[in-house]
Amino acid sequence: MPLIYPLVFAAFLFSAGVYGVLARRNAVMVLMSIELMLNAVNVNLVAFNAYLQDQLVSGQVFALFVIAVAAAEVGIGLAIVLLIFRNRETVNIDEVDLLRW
Amino acid sequence: MEKLAWLVPALPLVAWAVLLLVGRRLPGGGAAVGILAVAVGWVISLAILFGVIGGADAYHVSTEWTPIGAGFEIPFGMTVDGLAAVLLVVVTTVSLLVQLYSVSYMRGDERYTFFFAKLSLFTAGMLIVVLADNLLLMLFGWEVMGVCSYFLIGHYWEDVANARAAVKAFLTTRVGDLGFMAGIFVFAWAARSFEIERIIEGVATGEISSTTVTLGAALLFCGAIGKSGQFPLHTWLPDAMAGPTPVSALIHAATMVAAGVFLVARMYPVFEASGSVLNEIGILASITMLIAALLALVQDDIKRVLAYSTVSQLAYMMAALSVGGYSAGIFHLFTHAFFKALLFLAAGAIIHAVHSNNMSEMGGLARAMPVTFGTFLVGALALAGIAPLAGFWSKDEILTDAWNAGFAGAGEAATSQSVAQIVFVTGMVTAFLTALYVGRMLWLTFGAAFRGQGHPHEADAAMLFPLVVLAVGAALAGFAGLGDNSIGTWIATEHLPAHGPATLNLGLIVVTTVVALTGLAIGTALYRRGLPEREYLERVPVVWKTLQRKFFLDDLYEQGIVRAVAGALAPATYWFDQRAVDGVVNGAGLGTRRLARGLRYVQSGQAQWYAAALFIGVVGLAVVVTQLIGG
Amino acid sequence: MTGQEVAFLILALIGGLAGLLVVTSRNVVHAALYLVVALSSVAGVYLLLAAPFVAFVQVIIYVGAIVVLILFGIMLTRAPVGRRVLDNTLRARVGAFVVGAGMFVMLTVFLAGAFGGERIANQAATATSALGESLFRNYVLPFEAVSVLLLAALIGAIVLARRD
Repeated sequence: MPLIYPLVFAAFLFSAGVYGVLARRNAVMVLMSIELMLNAVNVNLVAFNAYLQDQLVSGQVFALFVIAVAAAEVGIGLAIVLLIFRNRETVNIDEVDLLRW
Repeated sequence: MEKLAWLVPALPLVAWAVLLLVGRRLPGGGAAVGILAVAVGWVISLAILFGVIGGADAYHVSTEWTPIGAGFEIPFGMTVDGLAAVLLVVVTTVSLLVQLYSVSYMRGDERYTFFFAKLSLFTAGMLIVVLADNLLLMLFGWEVMGVCSYFLIGHYWEDVANARAAVKAFLTTRVGDLGFMAGIFVFAWAARSFEIERIIEGVATGEISSTTVTLGAALLFCGAIGKSGQFPLHTWLPDAMAGPTPVSALIHAATMVAAGVFLVARMYPVFEASGSVLNEIGILASITMLIAALLALVQDDIKRVLAYSTVSQLAYMMAALSVGGYSAGIFHLFTHAFFKALLFLAAGAIIHAVHSNNMSEMGGLARAMPVTFGTFLVGALALAGIAPLAGFWSKDEILTDAWNAGFAGAGEAATSQSVAQIVFVTGMVTAFLTALYVGRMLWLTFGAAFRGQGHPHEADAAMLFPLVVLAVGAALAGFAGLGDNSIGTWIATEHLPAHGPATLNLGLIVVTTVVALTGLAIGTALYRRGLPEREYLERVPVVWKTLQRKFFLDDLYEQGIVRAVAGALAPATYWFDQRAVDGVVNGAGLGTRRLARGLRYVQSGQAQWYAAALFIGVVGLAVVVTQLIGG
Repeated sequence: MTGQEVAFLILALIGGLAGLLVVTSRNVVHAALYLVVALSSVAGVYLLLAAPFVAFVQVIIYVGAIVVLILFGIMLTRAPVGRRVLDNTLRARVGAFVVGAGMFVMLTVFLAGAFGGERIANQAATATSALGESLFRNYVLPFEAVSVLLLAALIGAIVLARRD
């Protein structure tokens, strides 16, 4: 298939993730959008791996690493969200702005 | 001995520093330090002068002070020639005697030590001017003297009038100094050097265009106008009498005011090369000597009489220089230093005894203060130009030179004949007026009966000693101008050949003596019985008013210049400083605050805003990199 | 149009739609479920791109673990429902849309410009052994690092979420 197909698909997912990160108020929703973005990246990596037919299969290896890191990140992220919720009874990230001027 | 000449200004400078730092703790308030410094300088100066009399050559040493490059250096050196030697002796002698006198006069003063420190610094400044081999160094000494003059006049600053007089002196001379500085830079630029020798050479070889020479000389003379109290910047001198009398004797009789004359003499080849400036000097000098003599005639304060007299005599010196009498002018400076300092110090003794400056409260002191009377008499007669006292010889030489240039058609002076004629005529008239006010002063102070309070008595030895020494000088100094090896030969340089006294013009001598004696006689007749009911000139109200208001010059300056500056210029400058200059400074701060207030919204604390910024940045960068750079 | 391409287009459509719904849905739980759909379609795409192992890992880890984690998070934070609560202000949303759209346009344009005419050659699915060899020979250091990272994340999450 043309290489451009998976690339555009990945770009679309990534942009959707960007929109979600910026437009959503709920922290968990933001985390979900981040996952979308990471997936988009993974699709990109695997697509290029297939295109280049790399000897070392580095695209897929890298995609595995990204998945592992994404998992770790979601774990920590949710732990933080939980803590915030415990302290402030809210998960709206626009209300967590203590680092403002 | 010439090599040690640098010590002469250096020692008083050291004395100043010592007195400032530890003077108060020294025994006797540290006066000895100042006196010692000047005394050593005096000895060296005498040795140098004797060397010059013996025919020694001029000695010049110089070192580069700050290398600027581009073929322009700022030198730091001294020239020890005849002119410098004569001035050295004058300055150190008068300074030494004044300091000895001050030991007694200023006793008990609150700022005794500081006074001696100021005197030492001033002496150092004047000596720097005398010895300087380049105009920049001379300017340095010039300004030091200006500052010291301010401090010394304002010694009794608790009285606001004294402080104002000090400021007036400083600002008026400063106006002249602006011209002086401009003149220095004109010459330095034209001759590519600040050194006097180089400038004189440049003028002599025609390297510097005549317009430049005229311009520069006129500007330099501005400084002399200010410092030597010529019209129109003479108004500060009478007011400067607010300072202690030793100050008046040192600064306003013998040294600082002589600096202007010295400047013209030092740069004389330059002035000679531009006839129009000499004419200008002559005219100004004539005006000055006349109005000063007239004003001296109506003063009540004895120091003011002497102040106006100084202005008048300085004008004589300038007039001499203007008609080609280089040695006559310096000769008069030499003699004037002696008798004027003497008169001031004696006046100080009188003021001390009578506790008042005003002659209306004096009288009959001849019996009460005989020594003072004797010395004062010598000085006064010297001032009036009575032979064989010093003033006679020098004044006569000036008038002879003026006569030669104006009527006898010697034609060697660069001045125009008509100016020389004016100088001669005013010189004669002023000689008459001088004798007149001298007679008035003598009779009002010492004659008839005592009009004041209390019992005046003779001054003590510390004050009398300098008076006697100066009286001897005032009597004998005139003989330095006679003969082959006279002051004329001492101050000759390669550019200014020896110019001894012209062959004694007997006719002229007779005329001047008659004029002087007539003046004294009239003065005696008018004031023999003391102060009249109404001053004679009061009978002519117009004349009286003009003279009392000092020819309205002070009013003119006050209304015209001071009012304009203080009334309009100063507030405008203040506004500019507060709004524009401070505005820029404050504005920089305010602008930053406003910018910060705007920029801080970037720190919203909201992660999504940061993320948005990040993504926008990425998109932007990608576009920029690929489109504009990569291609 | 090969079968591969058709399959890809279908999967891409489903995945794209699901991704869109994730970020615009009014209900958190629905959004999480749409995420599952999106992730699964991505796994399908992996299969089409000759990466079976990655597809399996995707399903196991992402769908199996991460989505479950997210659902737990939703439950523990008592996620509310409704547009006003879930989304930012209209202005922010418009801005976000602009940024997102801009990002998409930029990416598409550049990628099309760079790789417009390329094709992915038909190839056999990558053998897991090849993947394993590469992972444990050439990329063993990053592998170890990632394991340490996971350990740290594990400990960190526990420490953070403890009730003390």
